[in-house]
Amino acid sequence: MIEEDRILSSDVVNSVKEWSSQPVGDSQYSETVDVYNRSIRMKFIFIAACLLVILVVVSYAVTVGAVNIGFFEVYQIIIDHLTGNITSDYDHIVFNMRLPRVVAGIIAGAGLAICGVIMQSVLKNPLADPYTTGVSSGASFGATMAMTLGLAAFAGDGSVVILAFVFSLVPTVIIAMMSKFANASPTTVVMAGIGVMYLFNALTTVMMLWANSSDLNRIFYWQTGSLALIDGWESLPVMFGVVLVGLIISMILSGKLNVLATGDDSAKALGINADRMRIFTLVLTGVVSAAIVSYTGLIGFVGLVTPHIVRMFIGADNRYLIPASAIFGAALMIIADVIGRVVIYPSALPVGVVMSFIGGPFFLWMILRRNSNAW
Amino acid sequence: MTEIMIKDVDFGYSEDHIVLHNINLEINEPGLYCIIGPNGVGKSTMVKCVSKIVTPLKGQVLLDGEDVAQMKHKEVAKKVGFVPAFSQDAFSMSVINTILIGRYNHQKWGSREKDLEMVYKTMKLLHIENLGMRNYNALSAGQHQKVSIARGLVQEPAVLILDEPTANLDVKYQVYVMEMLRAIAIERQMVIMTICHDLNITSKYAHKVIMLARPGKIHAVGTPEEVLTEENIRDVYGINCRVFTDDETNKPYIILGSAIMGMAEDY
Repeated sequence: MIEEDRILSSDVVNSVKEWSSQPVGDSQYSETVDVYNRSIRMKFIFIAACLLVILVVVSYAVTVGAVNIGFFEVYQIIIDHLTGNITSDYDHIVFNMRLPRVVAGIIAGAGLAICGVIMQSVLKNPLADPYTTGVSSGASFGATMAMTLGLAAFAGDGSVVILAFVFSLVPTVIIAMMSKFANASPTTVVMAGIGVMYLFNALTTVMMLWANSSDLNRIFYWQTGSLALIDGWESLPVMFGVVLVGLIISMILSGKLNVLATGDDSAKALGINADRMRIFTLVLTGVVSAAIVSYTGLIGFVGLVTPHIVRMFIGADNRYLIPASAIFGAALMIIADVIGRVVIYPSALPVGVVMSFIGGPFFLWMILRRNSNAW
Repeated sequence: MTEIMIKDVDFGYSEDHIVLHNINLEINEPGLYCIIGPNGVGKSTMVKCVSKIVTPLKGQVLLDGEDVAQMKHKEVAKKVGFVPAFSQDAFSMSVINTILIGRYNHQKWGSREKDLEMVYKTMKLLHIENLGMRNYNALSAGQHQKVSIARGLVQEPAVLILDEPTANLDVKYQVYVMEMLRAIAIERQMVIMTICHDLNITSKYAHKVIMLARPGKIHAVGTPEEVLTEENIRDVYGINCRVFTDDETNKPYIILGSAIMGMAEDY
């Protein structure tokens, strides 16, 4: 049939027939598959390497403090504790004083990193993170309100967390509602996020004008963000639960996120309701980042930059980028926290500050070295 | 093959801004369908109605008798593939992974080998098999275009729609891609619709030509000989031309003359 067409040249007919028939028999095919499989193995190796780093850093992080505890002793104490065979005098220090902070760092780093990956991917914007989508500004307003109105003194630190959480969800709700009337294109969402951010920042500033100096100190400390705000295991279950659920859902959606990344039209043509998907993932990341910053204060940088660094190593495929960023973000967070605690000991730098000091120049160097516009 | 029926379709972004007026079109045999017409006449919008990327204000689009409005995106996607005119991913993956996205609706556990094979064969068909591990955003405009076409082809839909598939290609590949699409339409007995700007390439390779005119209506539908006449081209595009018949192919051959400026529809 195809041979009967007078217009077609034999070259094209043969190429199309070869394409249409099942097996491919050339050696370049197996070579291509090999190279492709190797690239996937590299991604797994990267993830494994990050896990290894975490394992080492966790232990080191626990050794840092007034009481000297050895590097390997830490593992021994943890294993003993988990097996119910507590022998060390340091068990209380390791388990109740130092470990919660490190675990919080892992959860927060992982959670903020996946939020960054997803926000950047669905908004097609390398600058998207919990700041540009307004989440942080909402949290900041809530926390400031709790501290200046004296709720924190009256109802305990829990009120800071609760108000921060409630208000951090407001920008996401506004964006989701706006998209019902306008559209949910990446530009609309980013602009709406920035608009809400300015509004909340203004409100926060007004509240700070009324605040007394000791409140201002607390507010400032909260706004820089610190893992020192975590005291004990009590703060962790909620954060852990939300981040875990967020990670699982985003892993399930990762294939769809790849499709969405090719553009709204082609995503719709491949059967994905682009607008609905974008709003759903923004609500998801809004909740996850809200749950984190409510406890830790505004830790910047990790959500913005982790995805970029990891993308440079393993590419933009969300199926690998999401888990790899989670692990890399966790490692980055505890490393930065340890450095902050060691570098001007016995005083300490907040983790966000350290991360920006190390990460900023490193990030610039990576961009320069890359020397192309392809992420 | 899948039958397409567009019935009384109006499309607009609001009641005051109607882009398509009363479009009626029936496609019930396989082949390469080229959609031509001036800028802003609604060519892309019309094909986007077929693939449910946009929803008409009025009228129906039927695929095998089933109303697209009642179908889920996913069900439409199984029948209709769409290759947009321009795509630049903010964060791009390798060429292989980018093309693999087209297999999204085919992917099942353990299907990876088959998907990769399809991707490789299609890269080979478009002569981009050496670009497999390159980053999509690092490619040239023409290479992008070939990757996008490949992404459409690996979907293996019953209907494939391409929005200006040859826009960034050099002359050789403009001809090759259109010839290839014609061959695939015949070989696979499928409907391939493309939006085109080159009248001579359209004339040579299209089985049927759908000509749209301002303000968003169908001016003519038929074989290249029926549609590509001096009169139609003058009325629709506002350009004088001479149309001959090519001895070798028996297809109309168009030599463009001067543009007729100051027509009511110029804007």
